[in-house]
Amino acid sequence: MKQKQHGFWDDVKKYRSLLLMLTPAVLFFLLFAYLPMSGIVLAFKQFDYTGGVFGSPWNGLDNFKFFIDSGDAWRVTRNTALYNIAFIVVNNGLQIFAAILLFEVAGKWFRKLTQTVLFLPYFISWVVVGAIAYNLFNFDVGTVNVLLKGLGMQPVDIYNTAAYWPFILVIVSAWKTLGYGTIMYLAAITSIDTEMYEAAEIDGANIFQRIMKITIPNLMPTVIILVLLAIGNIFRGDFGMFYNMVGNNGLLFSSTDVIDTFVFRSLTTSNEIGMSAAAGFYQSLLGFATIMLANYAVRRYDKDRALF
Amino acid sequence: MSSTTANIKSPEVRRKPEGRDKMLLSIIGYVTLTVLAIFCIFPFILVISSSLSEESAIIEKGFQIFPTAFSTEAYSLLFKYPAEMLRAYGVTISVTAIGTIVGLFLTSMTAYVLSRRDFKWRSRFSFFFFFTTLFSGGLVPWYLMIINYLHLKDTLLVLILPMMMNVFYIIVMKSFMSSIPDAITESAKIDGAGDFRIFMQLIVPLSKPALATIGLFIALAYWNDWYNALLFISKSELMPLQYYLYKMLGNMDGMRKAMMASGAVVNTDLPTESLKMAMTIVATGPILLAYPFIQKYFVTGLTIGAVKG
Repeated sequence: MKQKQHGFWDDVKKYRSLLLMLTPAVLFFLLFAYLPMSGIVLAFKQFDYTGGVFGSPWNGLDNFKFFIDSGDAWRVTRNTALYNIAFIVVNNGLQIFAAILLFEVAGKWFRKLTQTVLFLPYFISWVVVGAIAYNLFNFDVGTVNVLLKGLGMQPVDIYNTAAYWPFILVIVSAWKTLGYGTIMYLAAITSIDTEMYEAAEIDGANIFQRIMKITIPNLMPTVIILVLLAIGNIFRGDFGMFYNMVGNNGLLFSSTDVIDTFVFRSLTTSNEIGMSAAAGFYQSLLGFATIMLANYAVRRYDKDRALF
Repeated sequence: MSSTTANIKSPEVRRKPEGRDKMLLSIIGYVTLTVLAIFCIFPFILVISSSLSEESAIIEKGFQIFPTAFSTEAYSLLFKYPAEMLRAYGVTISVTAIGTIVGLFLTSMTAYVLSRRDFKWRSRFSFFFFFTTLFSGGLVPWYLMIINYLHLKDTLLVLILPMMMNVFYIIVMKSFMSSIPDAITESAKIDGAGDFRIFMQLIVPLSKPALATIGLFIALAYWNDWYNALLFISKSELMPLQYYLYKMLGNMDGMRKAMMASGAVVNTDLPTESLKMAMTIVATGPILLAYPFIQKYFVTGLTIGAVKG
C-alpha cells in the first residue's frame, strides 16, 4: 500500500507554517494592489460620494470621451513617453560611460571619492531637489540668471517658459540617477572574467579595443534588463520629480504635464474622479501592453534575457 | 614568497600605466569623472552657501557660489523657534523607524518562503506578487481605498502602511536567499526546527548584507517620502519632514504663521530666501551626515543584487 493521495488540504497542512509566514504579504498586496484593481469600474461610472465606488451610476465610456475631448490625452501621453525615452537613452548612456571610466581608469581613492560624490543626489528627496532648482532657476535671484547678468546678458524667465523644461528635466534626471546606475553597471563590469582581458592584452588589443570588444558586449545583459524594466514604465511619469520641479504651473503644462500629474490634478484640484480613474486605467493598460511587447521582443531575441 | 604575491591578479596590477592608449584614456577618464563629480556636488554647495548668505546680499546679487556677506541669521531663526520643525522631525523619525523594521521583517520573511525550493506553490505566489508591478488600478481607486474603505486619512499609519512592502525588494532578497545552500535548511529540519525558527535563527543571520541594503533602501524611501502626506495628511501635527519643507518652500506666509505659533515675534522682513535654503539643509542634514557611512553598504548590496540578477 502506497501513500494516500495528496489533496489540496494536505498541502495546506504540510506548508501551514510557510503559508502563515506569507499571510502578511498576501494581505498587504490584496489590500493595496488587488482590491484597488476592482476600482477600475470607476472609469465607467459617474462617481458620487453617496454611492461610493460600487453604488455610483454607470456612464459607459463618457469618462474616456471626456478625457480625450479635453485635448489633454494626447499631450500627456506624448510627454510621458518622450520624457521616458530621453531618460532611458541619456541616463543609461551616461551611467555606462561613467562606469567604464571608473573601472578602467581611476585609482582606488579617486574611484571611491567619485563614486561617493556621484551617488549623493540619489539620497535626497525630490522636495529638496525642487528647492535646489528654485535656487538655480528663480527669476530674480536664481544662480543661472545671476551668471547671465554677470555676463551682460538678459535674464531668462525659466519658470514661465515651457521650452526650457525638457532640457532641465532630462538633466535633473541624469543628475539624480547617475550614481545609482553607475554602481549597477560597475558591479556588472567587475563580474566580467578578468582572463578575457588578459587574453586580449596578450593578443595585443589596446585598451579602447578591449572596452569595445569585451566590456560593452558583456554589459549587454545588464543593459537589457534595466532598459526592459524602464520600458515597462514608459507611460509612468516620476510624479515626485515633475511635481516638485514644476508644481501646478499651468504655463508649463504644454511641455511638462505627464499622465501622473494630470491624474493627480484632476483628482485633487478639479475633483474629476471618474475622468482621472479613466486616465489612470488608460495608463495602466498602455503600461501593461508595452511591458508585454518589450518582453516578447526580448524573448524572441534571447529567451534567457526576458523578464518572464 | 614574493612571487606568490606578484601572482595575485588584482585589477590594480592590470591597470598599471603602459602605453599611449592607456594614457589617453586616463586623461579622458579623470577629466570626465571630475566634471561629473562637480556636476553632482555643485548644487549642494550652492544651497549651503545660500543658506549662509545675508538676505540683503541675495536680494541684491542673487544666489551665489561663495557667500559675499556671511550670515547665520537664517539658522538662528530656525533654531530659535524649533517646535514645528522638531515635530516634523519626530513624525519622520517614528515613521522611518517603525516602517523600516516592520517592512524589512515582512519583506525578508516573504522572500524566504519564496526562496524555499521545496515549497510547492512558490511560483504561483511569486506571480501573485509580481503581477502587481505589471498592472494596477491606478491612483484613483488606490486613493479611495485608503480614504473611504481603510479610513486611514490623517493617521500615522497612512504614512507607514502603503510603503511597507515593495515587490522589487522581495525579488532582490529572494535571489540573495536562493544562494544560501539548501543543506542548511535541510539539516535544521532534521534537527526538528520549524520553518519560522529556521528563518529567524539561520537565514536572517546569513542574509545580513542583503538585509542591510534593503533596510537602507526602505529607510531612505520613508525618510524622503512626502507624497503620501500630500495625499492623505491635512493635520499639521502629522506632517513629516519633507512635506513640511515642501509646504514651507511654497508658502512663506505659512512659515511666518508657524513661527508665530511657536512663540516668535515675527516682523515682515523675514529672511525668506536664505531661510528656505537653511530649511532645506536642516531637512537634508541627517542624510548628508549619515551618507558617507552608509553608502558603502549600498555599494556592496547593489553589487549583490546586480550580480544575482
